[in-house]
Amino acid sequence: MKPPAFLYHDPRSIDEAVALLARLDNARLLAGGQSLMPMLNMRYVLPDHIIDLNRIEALAGVRQIGETLRIGAMTRQRDIAEHPLVRSRLPLMVEALGHVGHRQTRNRGTIGGSLCHLDPAAELVAVAANLDATIEIVGPKGARLLPMAEFALGFMTPAIAPDEMVAAVNLPLPAARHGYAFLEMARRHGDFAIVAVAVVLTLDPAGRLATCAITLGGAAAVPRRMAEAETMLRGAAPDALLFGRAAATARAVDALEDAQVPGWYRRQVAETLIERALATAHRRAVAANGMAS
Amino acid sequence: MSDGGCASRSIAVTVNGSVCRAEAPVRLTLSDFLRQTLHLTGTHLGCEHGVCGACTVLVDGRAMRSCLMLAVQADGHQVTTIEGLAAPDGSLHPLQAAFCRHHGLQCGFCTPGLLTTLVEFLKDCPDPTAAEIREAISGNICRCTGYDSIVAATIEAARALRGDGTTP
Amino acid sequence: MTVGGFPQARVLGRDVPRVEDEPLIRGKGRFLDDIALPDMLHAAFLRSPHAHALIRGIDAAAARALPGVAAILTLADLLPCLAETCLKTAMPSPSYRQQLDRPVLADREAVHVGEPIAIALAESRALAEDAAAAVEIDYDPLPVVADCLAALEAGAATAHRGAPSNLVAEMTMGFGDVDRAFEQAPHRFRERLRIHRGGSHSMECRGVVAVPEPVEDRLTVWSSTQMPHAARRLLCDILGLDENRIRVATPDIGGAFGPKLVFYPEEVAVAAAARATGRPVKWVEDRREHFVATAQERDQYWDVELATDADGRILAVRGALVHDHGAWTVRGVNVPQGAMGAMPLAYVVPAYRIGLKVAATNKVPVAPVRGAGQPQGVFAMERLLDAAARGLGLDRAEIRRRNLVPPDRMPYATPLKTRGGIAVTLDSGDYPRCQQMALDGADWSGFPARQAAARAKGRYLGIGLANYVEGTGRGPYEHVSVRIEGSGKIFVATGAAAMGQGTRTMLAQIVAEQLGGDLGRIEVITGDTAAAPLGLGGSNSRQAVMAGSSAHVAARRLRQRVLEIAGQLLEVAPADLEIDGDRVRLKGVAEVSLGLSAIARAAAGQAGFPLPEGGGPGLFAREEVVIDAMTYANGSAVAELEVDIGTGKVTILNLVFAHDCGRALHPRLVEGQLMGGIAHGIGNALYEYMVYDENAQPLTTNLAEYLLVTATEMPPVKILHMESPTPLNPLGIKGVGEAGVIPIGAAVASAVEDALSPWKIKIDRLPLSPVEILALLNAAKARDSL
Repeated sequence: MKPPAFLYHDPRSIDEAVALLARLDNARLLAGGQSLMPMLNMRYVLPDHIIDLNRIEALAGVRQIGETLRIGAMTRQRDIAEHPLVRSRLPLMVEALGHVGHRQTRNRGTIGGSLCHLDPAAELVAVAANLDATIEIVGPKGARLLPMAEFALGFMTPAIAPDEMVAAVNLPLPAARHGYAFLEMARRHGDFAIVAVAVVLTLDPAGRLATCAITLGGAAAVPRRMAEAETMLRGAAPDALLFGRAAATARAVDALEDAQVPGWYRRQVAETLIERALATAHRRAVAANGMAS
Repeated sequence: MSDGGCASRSIAVTVNGSVCRAEAPVRLTLSDFLRQTLHLTGTHLGCEHGVCGACTVLVDGRAMRSCLMLAVQADGHQVTTIEGLAAPDGSLHPLQAAFCRHHGLQCGFCTPGLLTTLVEFLKDCPDPTAAEIREAISGNICRCTGYDSIVAATIEAARALRGDGTTP
Repeated sequence: MTVGGFPQARVLGRDVPRVEDEPLIRGKGRFLDDIALPDMLHAAFLRSPHAHALIRGIDAAAARALPGVAAILTLADLLPCLAETCLKTAMPSPSYRQQLDRPVLADREAVHVGEPIAIALAESRALAEDAAAAVEIDYDPLPVVADCLAALEAGAATAHRGAPSNLVAEMTMGFGDVDRAFEQAPHRFRERLRIHRGGSHSMECRGVVAVPEPVEDRLTVWSSTQMPHAARRLLCDILGLDENRIRVATPDIGGAFGPKLVFYPEEVAVAAAARATGRPVKWVEDRREHFVATAQERDQYWDVELATDADGRILAVRGALVHDHGAWTVRGVNVPQGAMGAMPLAYVVPAYRIGLKVAATNKVPVAPVRGAGQPQGVFAMERLLDAAARGLGLDRAEIRRRNLVPPDRMPYATPLKTRGGIAVTLDSGDYPRCQQMALDGADWSGFPARQAAARAKGRYLGIGLANYVEGTGRGPYEHVSVRIEGSGKIFVATGAAAMGQGTRTMLAQIVAEQLGGDLGRIEVITGDTAAAPLGLGGSNSRQAVMAGSSAHVAARRLRQRVLEIAGQLLEVAPADLEIDGDRVRLKGVAEVSLGLSAIARAAAGQAGFPLPEGGGPGLFAREEVVIDAMTYANGSAVAELEVDIGTGKVTILNLVFAHDCGRALHPRLVEGQLMGGIAHGIGNALYEYMVYDENAQPLTTNLAEYLLVTATEMPPVKILHMESPTPLNPLGIKGVGEAGVIPIGAAVASAVEDALSPWKIKIDRLPLSPVEILALLNAAKARDSL
């Protein structure tokens, strides 16, 4: 189980990487390698060229721009989870990263790699969708911004041209006193989710739901925002019955099927987890607002 | 640098404190570089697809799967393997000693990856609970021990590393 | 654990440091893949991507032309090196209806995905894989047999072209007038069960290094095998060489758990390739190959029935078992035979009959994985007892208590026979007390209150119990020699094979007990045909019992000789002497002593001088204690768990394992064996599932899809010990290598059924996935709402 032969390039700048991408045929970008390297070892992919992004310093780092967190594509998952801005402003991300692989893979795996691999069961993909992230893409014609909803084109298919790469992801920060939850059903700790649910919600002063974002990961070909449920919840007074009704919208999801997990299972577990995630997020929002629950 | 791309490259990796220079085919993984080129066979290959954790080494102090890195990517970096855990005088790292005392290894095949993972973990989390230890090693599969003895060994090693109390 | 079994002993029964640890803990072990020799070629196998296909042609021209490629060899190319082209590895049994010996390499027909067809040899493994990928094979796909039940239906396609059917073997095991017992029984309970087990997945896969020595026409084969002596005999047969031409040796082995006892085509192909090329050849199985080329256990379908009286006492058990054999007979019918033999063993069963049909399928051959069928047999029995308890309104522990073989009937002669025709007699133990220990340890009687409290909060807890009795220490012998050389150092050599369990420590301990108590002075050589003339190797939880007994007897005899010679040299009575470390001392008079070295030199003699009296030359003892009967270990497991009815996920909250393996030589090693087995059992119960599709294509061929238990899935485990020494061997010990795995699946199934009792759901299969649990719940809810 050894990688096939390829030629190796390790550019030091984004421009250099983009130039290589434009020039080389059958090239693959190597980010953290936690998905690409197994595929290379198993010879599921046979690239002629590997363009290694690990020596491009400009691709890594977390910074706040207004009410947005910009995370460089090559920022390691572990560095994101430990970043003070992420910990204080984006606890959803921290909770989600707790489910991502294991410490050895988080030490190496990157957010950009995860988004471009676009495994529908990947936690970071669900988080990006839930936060209405904008993806910063660079190519020979310069940079462009793409909303996550458009970036996730189809099953493991990001909307990037062969000569483009992801430079960063911009995550709008939720209001300071929000409630959040990231829950997932995986067979073992650290496995890809069979179903994952991300929820962020805020309350108005009367305790009604002001905003609510719900995203299902793993269940469908791309991360699925639960728009009908979000509409149902917005402006409503939260209670268990309402959360149950909102969760029931998962029954209409066109769910993935595979040899071991049928679609009905994903729909049913999605309903369970949405209901639980809403309850957790609401409880946290109540606490964050100093309200009596 | 990068223009034509290369099939092989001369690299210098600091392994267990010594600079090792060698010519490495670019498709050679870090694990195979350590095992075949440097003859450091303590790092083991259990799956070569990043699940079992047997090949874990420290790269710049962080635990990583050496089967999921190319040797050329380690050029200029510091790598620590199982062979580098004992002190220069040969005395065992507290984790190694505790593994022996608690029967934390049977066949010993997964042990190097567990030890390197735990060396990093105990630096980050010097006074862990059993549950935190289990989470930390959830990316290391052991088929022999059922893990309890490893958790017990880690608790004892953490105590020794913190300097609280004496170890037997 | 307290030391019970050897209260007077110096090192036996104590948690002495393992002799294996020092190199392993430093990364200085020497596993197969660590062997690197000058001029060595690296091998990769080209394997069938089809479950069943004709091989019309093999074109290796392009592959041979690739850089760094030394050779691509097919069966035809290896023929000059082969005296036979098949591996005759099947154990004898009158049950066979077909002979299915697998070829060294497939040449006309491939019968499972992963079957090796050609071996590529190159300067590196990567280049060998490049070459294997470049070989062109013209396949003609054939109908596939993917399921063992379907395989036996009339008109089914056959797994082998031209075979009369897929029935590989059939037999009936049993005793007593079963049908009459059923006719007269007031209560009958029937279960149809499907039990799946997967692979062993030792963390080290298999591997072979073959080193030709052309000057003397000898061959050294390093193999990660559990049975080096059997491997040598087979290599001699197939390569047409005498035993003195081939040495098979095992390096450190990174776990084995059963499948490494099988002799494989790769061992022959690598050895033959080394002879063909005149260069050392190394092949290391990668994990993906391990899924499709290393023996595994798989599917069994049981249709079983239990007859009881009104008090729940067993009157008879009967049924039928269909077993998936895979494509070749690589060991025999021992897995299903072991399952049938284990089923009734813990209980007083007056009449018993199971009919077995073994079916060929186009899948990886089946051979023992830790437990070797016994978990399946126990599962079948325990499911029936739970059904009876429910039907009769008895507590599940109570119905078992009424039926367990009582201690006052020990030794208890069952009418069963082992595969070798040896009577099955339960030799010692107190099964009801062991069960009670487990129940007390798990607070069985307090569980209903815990369950009710949890249900009030919408949480579903369950508790389950299972008993097992396991045949261990399969005979007839294991070779051990003990030698004290002129330095005073002690060398032990054995035909036993160390796979990581601490075999060397166990033997060093037994020998040290007699010869000075210092394990540091003892070197144990295992798994090397050059060091031991005979050997059966590692299987059936046998090595502590068989090699341990031989080591004990040999060391005692050598001790007598040492004391006798020392007595002559010191002019004192041998009875007044003791061995302490490397010296023999006069008891109570420390100054009067003599080194083992001096005694060994005296025993070795000098030309022209007489030897010490009373014995021959040298300090050497060889022993093969012959014990045909197996010794039976037992235990009881209680699992308490929670089922999340929203996701189907099972979380084991607590596991108690009470067991009796006779005297424990090294309590910590015993616990280590049990814990590893328990983890494997949890895997078999809830996680490990080797999935094939309807074309017998394997779907779970990596460790992300085939789920091994990690530290976060392990519950708190409490192990409780009883020691009922066996009268069958001098140390009173029983085997423990497989025990942990055996009752776990049954206990978990019982607990899940208990947790889901509000819906009256029956658990009839293993493993249990969350998907299946939710499907069962949905079906029950739909039924209840009608």
